[in-house]
Amino acid sequence: MDMEKITPNKNQKLPNEIAMTSVAPKQQSSQNTISETEDHEDFRLFGLIAFLIADGMTFAGFFAAYLTFKAVNPLPAGAIYELELPLPTLNTILLLVSSITFHRAGKFLEKRDSRACQKWLIITGLLGAAFLVSQMFEYFSLPFGLTDNLFASTFYALTGFHGLHVTLGSIMILIVWWQTRTPGGRINYENKFPFEAAELYWHFVDGIWVVLFIILYLL
Amino acid sequence: MGSSVPKTSAILTLIISISLAVLGVWIAYNIKMLPIEASQNSPVYDELFKVLFIIGTILFIGMVAIVLYSLFQFRRRAGDEGDGIPLEGNISLEIFWTAIPAIVILFVGLYSYDIYDRMGGMSPLMHHENSSNSNPLDQKIWGGIGSDSIESSNTDNSMVLPIELTAMQFAFIFHYPKGDIITGELHVPVGKKVSLKMESKDVIHAFWVPQFRLKQDVIPGQPTVLNFTPTKAGTYPIVCAELCGPYHGGMRSNVIVDELNEYDNWFQQNAKETI
Amino acid sequence: MTISLDPTNPSSKKLQPTGWLRYFSFSLDHKVIGLQYLICGFIFYLIGGALAGAIRIELTSPLSDFMPREVYNQVLTLHGTIMIFLWIVPVVNGAFGNYLIPFYVGARDMAFPRLNAVAFWLIPPSGLMLISSYFINGAAQSGWTAYPPLSITTPAAGQIIWILSVLLLGGSSIFGGINFIATILKLRRPGLKLMQLPMFCWAMLGTSLLVVISTPVLAGTLILLSFDIVAHTGFFNPNLGGNVIVYQHLFWFYSHPAVYIMVLPAFGLVSEILPVHCRKPLFGYATMVYSIMGIVVLGLIVWAHHMFTSGTPPWMRLFFTIATSFIAVPTGIKFFNWVATLWGGKISLNSAILFSCGFIVNFVLGGITGVALAQVPFDVHVHDTYFVVAHFHYIVYGGSVFVIFSSIYHWFPKFTGKMLNENLGRFHFALTFIGFNLCFAPQHWLGLNGMPRRVAEYDPQFELVNQISSMGALLMALSTLPFLFNVFQSAFQGKDAGDNPWKALTPEWLTSSPPPVENWKGEAPLVIEPYGYGKNNSQQESKITK
Repeated sequence: MDMEKITPNKNQKLPNEIAMTSVAPKQQSSQNTISETEDHEDFRLFGLIAFLIADGMTFAGFFAAYLTFKAVNPLPAGAIYELELPLPTLNTILLLVSSITFHRAGKFLEKRDSRACQKWLIITGLLGAAFLVSQMFEYFSLPFGLTDNLFASTFYALTGFHGLHVTLGSIMILIVWWQTRTPGGRINYENKFPFEAAELYWHFVDGIWVVLFIILYLL
Repeated sequence: MGSSVPKTSAILTLIISISLAVLGVWIAYNIKMLPIEASQNSPVYDELFKVLFIIGTILFIGMVAIVLYSLFQFRRRAGDEGDGIPLEGNISLEIFWTAIPAIVILFVGLYSYDIYDRMGGMSPLMHHENSSNSNPLDQKIWGGIGSDSIESSNTDNSMVLPIELTAMQFAFIFHYPKGDIITGELHVPVGKKVSLKMESKDVIHAFWVPQFRLKQDVIPGQPTVLNFTPTKAGTYPIVCAELCGPYHGGMRSNVIVDELNEYDNWFQQNAKETI
Repeated sequence: MTISLDPTNPSSKKLQPTGWLRYFSFSLDHKVIGLQYLICGFIFYLIGGALAGAIRIELTSPLSDFMPREVYNQVLTLHGTIMIFLWIVPVVNGAFGNYLIPFYVGARDMAFPRLNAVAFWLIPPSGLMLISSYFINGAAQSGWTAYPPLSITTPAAGQIIWILSVLLLGGSSIFGGINFIATILKLRRPGLKLMQLPMFCWAMLGTSLLVVISTPVLAGTLILLSFDIVAHTGFFNPNLGGNVIVYQHLFWFYSHPAVYIMVLPAFGLVSEILPVHCRKPLFGYATMVYSIMGIVVLGLIVWAHHMFTSGTPPWMRLFFTIATSFIAVPTGIKFFNWVATLWGGKISLNSAILFSCGFIVNFVLGGITGVALAQVPFDVHVHDTYFVVAHFHYIVYGGSVFVIFSSIYHWFPKFTGKMLNENLGRFHFALTFIGFNLCFAPQHWLGLNGMPRRVAEYDPQFELVNQISSMGALLMALSTLPFLFNVFQSAFQGKDAGDNPWKALTPEWLTSSPPPVENWKGEAPLVIEPYGYGKNNSQQESKITK
């Protein structure tokens, strides 16, 4: 092959002195021992974002399946698959508002006002609970069940999987609310990673709902 | 080593490449790798196979030769504790071996597109059930080899033999709409285009005749089509190629390709209604 | 050239079990976790290998006479699932990734040590669950692909257990992936740039991206499938209006990238091993990085080439043919670069390099048949035949497993401080290489001539070739014996390796063997040229000794 072309080339590319490996024993500071693997807030948030990407891909898979079903499989004769808009629209508003209230709570945590923070958290939690109640209400009022037809199944699978996320998020809010109490709570201005994580997760769940609302109800 | 006498090694490279190419071609033409050709499709397929085989052989033997040569030539001699040449890369060489595979791949892709087109793969999927109209009659049909090859796209529909295939655990059932024949073995005449419309009753099966070089999954709830023209009389196996349950391995049948008059005899004997 | 160990370093005080017991504990040490992955994976490899042996025994005769047909299908399902999800994926990612990545980025552990331990400890129970399903009510029998409607109609218990354990293993894989991404991107030692990282880091980064993007889709799909089985919904059940093709798309959206999840880390490991034993820098570092990223991107958009004979319209077949073919370009670059790394080196012909070169040879063949399979017209003949079985095993056994062995020979001195016996290692290589090729090369011919895959009975004309293949399988099984003997004997009575027997420059060799709990007694070394072989060596060594 053309290997010999390389040989002259390497001579040009070889500088006389490159420090390739240096062990550089810098001044040993006391906190660079164990601390490197613990107490790293930004890694945890970064990890959470990676996890949310993965979680989002699960939803993406569901959405892709639903859209393909819709494009390819006709609704069988006599099958009922009708969705009412008012309740889901209310749900959308509930979740969007709850995102804002969570954000507000965060603002107050920044200001070290844990009482106001807790107030906004409880509002967020209530909005989340209201969403779940309203979702249950929709389930009971729908004219079709889980196994009635393909679209019914997909509807319940998608909204159910999302509802599971909302339930989890609500529990998180409850925990965060309990832990922001003063005195005694573990979450405060200095240690706000759990708060940030719950907030990020909650925004993610809301974002998924908006996509879900558009795909399931509007399209 | 070649680096000191570049000319010799260039000539050597040339000789090795040419002999590799010759070897590849020889192997492709002299070693029987495929079963006999029994459909119009098969020679086209075998042409593609030969081209891929030649390229593959040259590449494979070339790579193996270089690896073996390197292992031998550049092996560490006893007592030598030094390092090799500190060579970190060579942009022009790297561009060269990015471009060459890209060109080869592009060629292979275009060539196989051409082959696929000649097999009828790119024409709209349709089944010649209703000989009156040649519209794609079932929007649900997704898979298969299309209706016609390019050369014979104007074939009269009366020249086409429509057959329906129902697969189930663990058998193939063929239905001839014309004579209302139901059979477990496929009978087809030499030289006539056969249009198979396939659907499964239970799980996914696959219809495969190695001598035809054709395979298509038989899917429940999703009709697929497969069109082919047998060219050589004989009995060939039909094999289920998709895992379909415990007796998957036993799910085999035969396709009997007859001369036209023999086929007519068979048809007359079995037809439930005369046409 | 050892780093002087500082016994007063406070970092070694971390409370961890010591001795061999720590390998059974919920250890947070990435090295312990890495070896846990490796040993656990190897046990599953032996089980999966025994299952493969059962398949090959059944296939020595054209009749289904060795085991009942249902059991045969369970065996092939378990073989595929165990080898993929419990052996290759956990070992190339979990074992070597966990052991090496913190060294390579100059860290003392992974970014999330606890998550790391959780990810590992998900594996043994789900593996045991999977295997025990055989004894409960029969394991899943619809192949590792679990295509519906077959997976819906076969006995439900086994299939549900299969789904559960694959979901757990997928979760473990995702946790691992998140951990690797965070470690490589966020935990790098100050002063270490991305383009100075050893190639294995790039391979793990690419792999982890694939894991995080594609594994959740498989999880979602399997959840839907389990609904079909348990709740009688009809997502993939055509009798209830469902669509079986959608499952295949979703399944292969994960399972094609899964091939790269199994092979990309192997590419990375080879890139570490070759330069050390050739005493040469890795050829074309930058193009290697770009080609990994190219494989990641292309790997995500080629899945439907597994469905050419399924229900796919012509335009889709064409698109996936082209996309798949083009993966050969970045892959080809890597192979040419490895060969160029060999060229002009001073190669020690030890077991590690033999297995690496065996990998190159096998994988080139697997890659060539891969490009051929990507061509729709070629695939319509050989799809779902032994040709595909051969191709696949050339990629994952001839590729990944050869690299795993190569890596064990290369890093065993680091793991244990002892050298493996080289003669036994070469014997192991010879047996494995001959056995492997004897087993799988004839299968190309079988597929081309009409033998479908996953059958217990076949046309008698294939008997002889199947027997040859089974002989190869026997050799492969035997080849494990010298290896196991070598590992056990060397671990206890092997020659002392010293800290850096290969005189390697990558950071894991710049500490003691085995390394201390937090990897370095002092500050982590800054290695900006991990492949700087042949460049003013004397200076280098003096620097390290300091």
